[in-house]
Amino acid sequence: MDKRIPNLAEAVAGIPDDATVMIGGFGGSGAPIELIHALIDRYLATGSPGNLTVINNNAGNGHVGIAAMIEQGMVRKMVCSFPRSADPRVFTDKYLAGEIELELVPQGTLAERIRAGGAGIPAFYTPTSYGTDLAKGKPVAEFDGRPYVQERWLKADFALIKAELGDHYGNLTYRMAARNFSPLMAMAAARTIAQVTQAVAPGGIDPETVVTPGIFVSGIVEVANPAQEEALNRADAAYPPTRPQKVQA
Amino acid sequence: MTTKLSNAQIAWRAAQDIADGAYVNLGIGFPEMVAKFQPPGRQAVFHTENGVLGFGEAPPAGEEDWDLINAGKKAITLKPGAAFFHHADSFAMVRGGHLDVAILGAYQVAQNGDLANWSTGPKGVPAVGGAMDLVHGAKRVAVITDHVTKDGKPKLVKACTLPLTGVGCVTRVYTSLAVVDIQDGRFVLREKLPSLSLDELQALTGAELVLPDHIADLIAPEL
Repeated sequence: MDKRIPNLAEAVAGIPDDATVMIGGFGGSGAPIELIHALIDRYLATGSPGNLTVINNNAGNGHVGIAAMIEQGMVRKMVCSFPRSADPRVFTDKYLAGEIELELVPQGTLAERIRAGGAGIPAFYTPTSYGTDLAKGKPVAEFDGRPYVQERWLKADFALIKAELGDHYGNLTYRMAARNFSPLMAMAAARTIAQVTQAVAPGGIDPETVVTPGIFVSGIVEVANPAQEEALNRADAAYPPTRPQKVQA
Repeated sequence: MTTKLSNAQIAWRAAQDIADGAYVNLGIGFPEMVAKFQPPGRQAVFHTENGVLGFGEAPPAGEEDWDLINAGKKAITLKPGAAFFHHADSFAMVRGGHLDVAILGAYQVAQNGDLANWSTGPKGVPAVGGAMDLVHGAKRVAVITDHVTKDGKPKLVKACTLPLTGVGCVTRVYTSLAVVDIQDGRFVLREKLPSLSLDELQALTGAELVLPDHIADLIAPEL
């Protein structure tokens, strides 16, 4: 078994039009920038994949990563908890123009819906959002005298995530707070592609430190010096680079 | 004479009620300031939704690591004994009742403990983040806020008119003028600025203040 994929283009080759794609990251921390940009390259070259539903905590920042996907018109719908950022203009303009759909989900509910999707739990009850606009139309039930809102699992065709170490079996570790949603998304997607900062042979990761076991991962692609979304934005970067860029921080 | 507490002084007052060893989540923005004012000899452990327990202040400019941020996407540092975890574990800590205190900002707080702090209405792009989870998770949910809005309207009200974040969730409000508990669907005044009369305070509050026998002076140091 060897889940290594030789390059980024091949890593994103199987994602079709209309797919639901979970993308790891919280803001720029853990954002798989190279995988996203490879998907944009494919879209610009072939017109596909378009009409995507993207699941992420946010809805892009600046003109790179998910914001660049939205800017290119690849995204039909965002499922997220917080579509604001330092520079959310790309999403905001399309949303206010009615060109992109938004499903707003409380952050903990988003995480648990994804976890449930990966764990085979079709629905669960949470106190979160009870009595608010975000609970409208959802079943409510009382347990031990407290009201709870029913939420459904969330699954995806693909997950694109960023990890630190990855071995040939797809076992993954993460770097600091960059793990955030990625271990959950890896479970909830039919196919999970991880860009890893370092690919190692089986045995190269101490089993005690594996965060995502390889059973949840379909392929890994090594990106040795991954870009940080925050650093790109501070350098006023755009993707594709349509205007002169400052030197990256 | 102090006419109202500054944001730093409100944050200082809220920090005095955080016990040694408490696990605490501070909302984005103004509530983050509470961390600065931990009383000497007490150590709280700060939680951030994106998967860190035990973080410290911001690093010096230029030394940021953008894999190490808080829920406000600001760079942070780690304290000895910090831990990383994924988002489902993070919100298990929240919803599962493991956090001792959450301190949040507010647009409005109602006398029954309802909180509105995520949306000012249908205009613009809605964003909720982790607020709706936090208000139903922490053992104690407190609000820090100016007592009135920028145009002088009460933020402590009979019933919220803005979209709710949570129902009956807030138990204490620290404002620029007073400390108010929410008990049995009423605002109970615990502390007020000594320069302010009860009538003046009531006039700036959108629901009746219940007055217990003892009301302490709200006094914060110059900060």
